[in-house]
Amino acid sequence: MARFSFASLIRNAVSGNARWPAQWRQAAPKPEYDALIVGGGGHGLATAYYLAKEHGVRRVAVLEKGWLGGGNTGRNTTIIRSNYLWRESEGLYDHALKLWEGLAAELNYNVMFSPRGVMMLAHNHHDVMVTKRHVHANRLAGIDNEWLTPEQAKAFCPILNISRDIRYPILGAALQRRGGTARHDAVAWGYARAADALGVDIVENCEVTAIRRRPDGAVEGVETTRGAIRAPRIGVVAAGHTSVVMAMAGVRMPLESYPLQALVSEPVKPVMPCVVMSNTIHAYMSQSDKGELVIGAGTDAYNSYSQTGALHISSHTLDAICELFPNVRRLRMLRNWGGIVDVTPDRSPIVGLTPVPGLFVNCGWGTGGFKATPGSGHVFAHTIATGAPHPINAAFTLDRFRTGRLIDEAAAAAVAH
Amino acid sequence: MLLIHCPYCGMARPEIEFRHAGHAHIARPADPAAATDEEWAAYLYWRDNPKGLIAERWRHVHGCGRFFNAVRHTVTDKLLATYPAGAPRPEIDLP
Ligand SMILES: Cc1cc2nc3c(=O)[nH]c(=O)nc-3n(C[C@H](O)[C@H](O)[C@H](O)COP(=O)(O)OP(=O)(O)OC[C@H]3O[C@@H](n4cnc5c(N)ncnc54)[C@H](O)[C@@H]3O)c2cc1C
Ligand SMILES: [Zn+2]
Repeated sequence: MARFSFASLIRNAVSGNARWPAQWRQAAPKPEYDALIVGGGGHGLATAYYLAKEHGVRRVAVLEKGWLGGGNTGRNTTIIRSNYLWRESEGLYDHALKLWEGLAAELNYNVMFSPRGVMMLAHNHHDVMVTKRHVHANRLAGIDNEWLTPEQAKAFCPILNISRDIRYPILGAALQRRGGTARHDAVAWGYARAADALGVDIVENCEVTAIRRRPDGAVEGVETTRGAIRAPRIGVVAAGHTSVVMAMAGVRMPLESYPLQALVSEPVKPVMPCVVMSNTIHAYMSQSDKGELVIGAGTDAYNSYSQTGALHISSHTLDAICELFPNVRRLRMLRNWGGIVDVTPDRSPIVGLTPVPGLFVNCGWGTGGFKATPGSGHVFAHTIATGAPHPINAAFTLDRFRTGRLIDEAAAAAVAH
Repeated sequence: MLLIHCPYCGMARPEIEFRHAGHAHIARPADPAAATDEEWAAYLYWRDNPKGLIAERWRHVHGCGRFFNAVRHTVTDKLLATYPAGAPRPEIDLP
């Protein structure tokens, strides 16, 4: 792997940037591995990287039906934060946030992690109570989160409209200063490159079509559009398609898949220094380094694999954006798109074992898993390598929907994360 | 936005008149006190989440107010049938 450094940047700049080598191999699948990862999004690639790096499991392949990071990893609005309500979630998401802080150096790849602060707005009395409860819970757990008055919120994000006479007035906000954004593609590419350098095969255009089981029930391997592959351990990290893949092993999941959409505006000069989220009116906004305003909307109401959301959902979000940020009203939207998110009943992920020996699952991140990418891969690699969950993901079992030990971030985080 | 045919009103109306109400034909355990954890989990949480045909409930909230069921394809979102609550799921052959 050619390392990126100041010297290599200079060298390649003077040679017209024509001599950069490929950052990872185009691997063809081998007949057998020690572990297979189904799904080449950020979570799958991170899992493969930590398997190789921390557990010495290097005969690993990541099987991706399309292109690397072409799923939700490449479609999300990249908001990163860890101010969740419950102890279990705080542990998982803050583990990820700590890894984000050192990730570019760890991977020798600029993932453009930018802890510019994430502000979550409160619009009514209920929001104020819930948000303050989060602030207190987080501070007890040692996670930074602070309450801002409307004036303080406006000082932090000057384009915010804090008039009292709008439909959803701003009564205050929670601010996590360590939160922010990262470059989504770079996260997939950085993990892919680092995993490849440790010997992991990254196989694109390779759709898993069946999971084969031994007579004793344990997994034996998979069938794919590029042939059969054997492996004693399989980790399914297929986001919106998890139910489809798990059905290949006869496992029903507590998941529903919905389209979630986002939009970007035409690029403008820097106007927005932070991320602003409003769960109550389903609107999220930040500004990319290219100058586009990146806007996230809500999910459609019904299950779908269409990868497009309905127009009335995004126009509802734009109504809210125009009210909260009146000076962006005249901007045109350049693109909008959808991704299929896998939502659990308690809005918390499932990371752990399944009833099928050798089969592991990492899913249910729904509308908010980008922020967890490094932490999710890290604890899932531990789970696959040792056959038992890491203490950080121990509560996020599939079985909790039978026992009733839910981690109810649904009530806690409204709908989106 | 979908155009949804309400079987009670007898006409196709825009999706925003309706509210989606989850998977159809999921029966609550008849004797709740006797149901096992597995049965409760199946009723409350396990879902087929199919990539293909799904039977789902809709309610015509801004119309007649009544619940009915629909069969929809989850890749095209095309509604292939709507039918009154209580009626069996229609057989639909995909081309
Ligand atoms: C519009 C939108 C906005 C979002 N905004 C945020 C946000 O601001 N902050 C945040 O934290 N999260 C956000 N999310 C959620 C976040 O994107 C996801 O939780 C996260 O990216 C999931 O990562 P993943 O690697 O599990 O999934 P993916 O990146 O979707 O990867 C799964 C991969 O599995 C592959 N696959 C599926 N089936 C098969 C098969 N049979 N064989 C082989 N491969 C298969 C898919 O092609 C896909 O590439 C958003 C999501 C969307 C759609
Ligand atoms: Zn009606």
